Amino acid sequence: MDSVLPNSLRNAPDARGRFGEFGGRYVAETLMPLILELEAAYEAAKADPAFQTELEYYLKHYVGRPSPLWRAERLSKELGGAKIYFKREELNHTGAHKINNCLGQILLAKRMGKTRIIAETGAGQHGVATATVCALFGLPCTIYMGAVDVERQKPNVFRMKLLGAEVVPVSSGSATLKDAMNDALRDWVANVRDTFYIIGTSAGPHPYPAMVRDFQCVIGNEAREQLMEAEGRLPDIAIACVGGGSNAIGLFHPFLDEETVKLIGVEAAGKGLETHEHAASLNKGRPGVLHGNRTYLLQDEDGQIIEAHSISAGLDYPGIGPEHSWLHDIKRVEYVGVTDAEALAAFRLCTRTEGIIPALESSHAIAHVAKIAGHMDKDQIILLNLSGRGDKDIFAVAQHLGVEL
Amino acid sequence: MSRIAGVFAGLKAEGRAALIPFVEAFDPDRATSLTLLKGMAENGADIIEVGMPFTDPMADGPTIQAAGRRGLLAGATLKGTLALVAEFRADNAHTPIVLMGYLNPICSYGVAAFCQDAAKAGVDGLIIVDLPTEEADLVLPDAGKNGLDVIRLIAPTTTDERLPKVLEGSSGFVYYVSITGITGTRTASAEDLARDIPRIRAATTLPIAVGFGVRTPEQAATVAKFADGAIVASALIETLRRENAEAVLRDVKALSAGVKGARAA
Ligand SMILES: Cc1ncc(COP(=O)(O)O)c(C=O)c1O
Repeated sequence: MDSVLPNSLRNAPDARGRFGEFGGRYVAETLMPLILELEAAYEAAKADPAFQTELEYYLKHYVGRPSPLWRAERLSKELGGAKIYFKREELNHTGAHKINNCLGQILLAKRMGKTRIIAETGAGQHGVATATVCALFGLPCTIYMGAVDVERQKPNVFRMKLLGAEVVPVSSGSATLKDAMNDALRDWVANVRDTFYIIGTSAGPHPYPAMVRDFQCVIGNEAREQLMEAEGRLPDIAIACVGGGSNAIGLFHPFLDEETVKLIGVEAAGKGLETHEHAASLNKGRPGVLHGNRTYLLQDEDGQIIEAHSISAGLDYPGIGPEHSWLHDIKRVEYVGVTDAEALAAFRLCTRTEGIIPALESSHAIAHVAKIAGHMDKDQIILLNLSGRGDKDIFAVAQHLGVEL
Repeated sequence: MSRIAGVFAGLKAEGRAALIPFVEAFDPDRATSLTLLKGMAENGADIIEVGMPFTDPMADGPTIQAAGRRGLLAGATLKGTLALVAEFRADNAHTPIVLMGYLNPICSYGVAAFCQDAAKAGVDGLIIVDLPTEEADLVLPDAGKNGLDVIRLIAPTTTDERLPKVLEGSSGFVYYVSITGITGTRTASAEDLARDIPRIRAATTLPIAVGFGVRTPEQAATVAKFADGAIVASALIETLRRENAEAVLRDVKALSAGVKGARAA
């Protein structure tokens, strides 16, 4: 990896876990000592070559890394502009980028002597990835999942159970991802001594946002090298969908200091940014504190959290990782919205032109590419993170297309 | 001397601990909350803790979560909760009110404005669950300026080395979360308390109140033997749900008797 300059955008967070005014550690005192213990353990692991070597071993032989960089020629041609490359995280074992982070965290859990794993999940991708690494290392695992998501992601629920996880449907609040995270935090508070909480995105209290980002940076680091090899230069645009923001920050971070690379994060605009049914915390929210960090949130005038909406369960979260809030405020990354309908159209476009069924989450990024690629020159390059595959979504898509399976 | 310090000084002279019952604001409506506040003060509450409803109360168990949801449905806002306290304060000048809640609604209101308005309404102290000592500089200056006590949580996981840091800038009393867990679940035993309370005493001269899992008069009495206050929340919310406000006041009276008899026995 290349070195980080002193005035680099890659030095955040500071010692208090802050990215500008965002991030921090807003948790109850019961958890605070654990968060500090985790931070110390992670810093030690990060500096330990043996830990890195072990992680690389699993990433290579178990996950199947490096994931390919694919030149999407038919899609590029159809859109009639920039050259589009897919970073194919959907080819990872378990079908999404989530496992990069799960492996990092479970190796850390083992190092810390923890004997039980918990996690929250929205689409079920992080839940499946967590259940998978728990099966691999023989650790018991409990996955919290909103009752609404249990209903709309049945195949993943079954997968988690097959892998030996206990899946706990959460019916409090809006019964989606944020509530699953609340209950996972409650479990952690009650089982502090033996339990490790594998958070699935670059959110939560410090050190999670930085740690998850570090584990996901393998995406951007590989893509950068692969693109240099294929094209001899950096992309003009790097783009990814943002739920909590882990796949996006993993792609963006290695490019943050490259002024020529435009970075675009795509939020779920649900039924439209002008409606109240979306998950666009950066475009439509304001800063607040939830799940241990200060960040942009969807909230009402009284500071109560508003339910998010997206066709894709993985983007259906009223917050966003704190590093994205900072990158938004300093205008290093542009955050745009893509609606349910646009994502569905992109899902079909990608499937039809490339023979790749993308996750509905990733389809949001593809939809924005479909909007901009045609206005770019043929020698310009877009690097898109194809964060996951869409097998899990075929039931939801069929329903929206009015097809009965 | 603050109202809270005054109460603990008086109780020390009496040789007993404080009973601190909890009311979730607007559960199930404003009128009931006001009835409970007034009635609790008349039935043995030494201090009253008022919950400020939040959509995502991550340290609370199912009982307080549900109470908060009912409060929000009944139209609870921070402003409304402060107005409720102000109305109670209009004819009770002696019972301290401590607000318990989460940071986001306070940030949304504006920390400075909130501390000012809370003091004006007659609030005496704040317990902000998701504001650990590491982040407390967000609230301490404004709370101090307005004479509000910032009451800190201490947990079984708080190490001896960490205690002085956690207690830095805290006043009023110390809230000992006697179990590792969420509200209304497990209960700490006499042995647990005999081990834990002296550890905290060694680090502070502030009174120590114990909460999370104190339900019955017997448990309140056990807590009162070791600590300076017993906080009861989920059990009272359940009584309100199952029966009515009158029944809650009956329970408060019984809890108060438990606390009063603790050291005599
Ligand atoms: C395929 C896929 N992409 C993206 C996301 C969104 O998460 P993040 O923003 O953390 O990458 C998810 C979450 O479940 C996902 O499954």
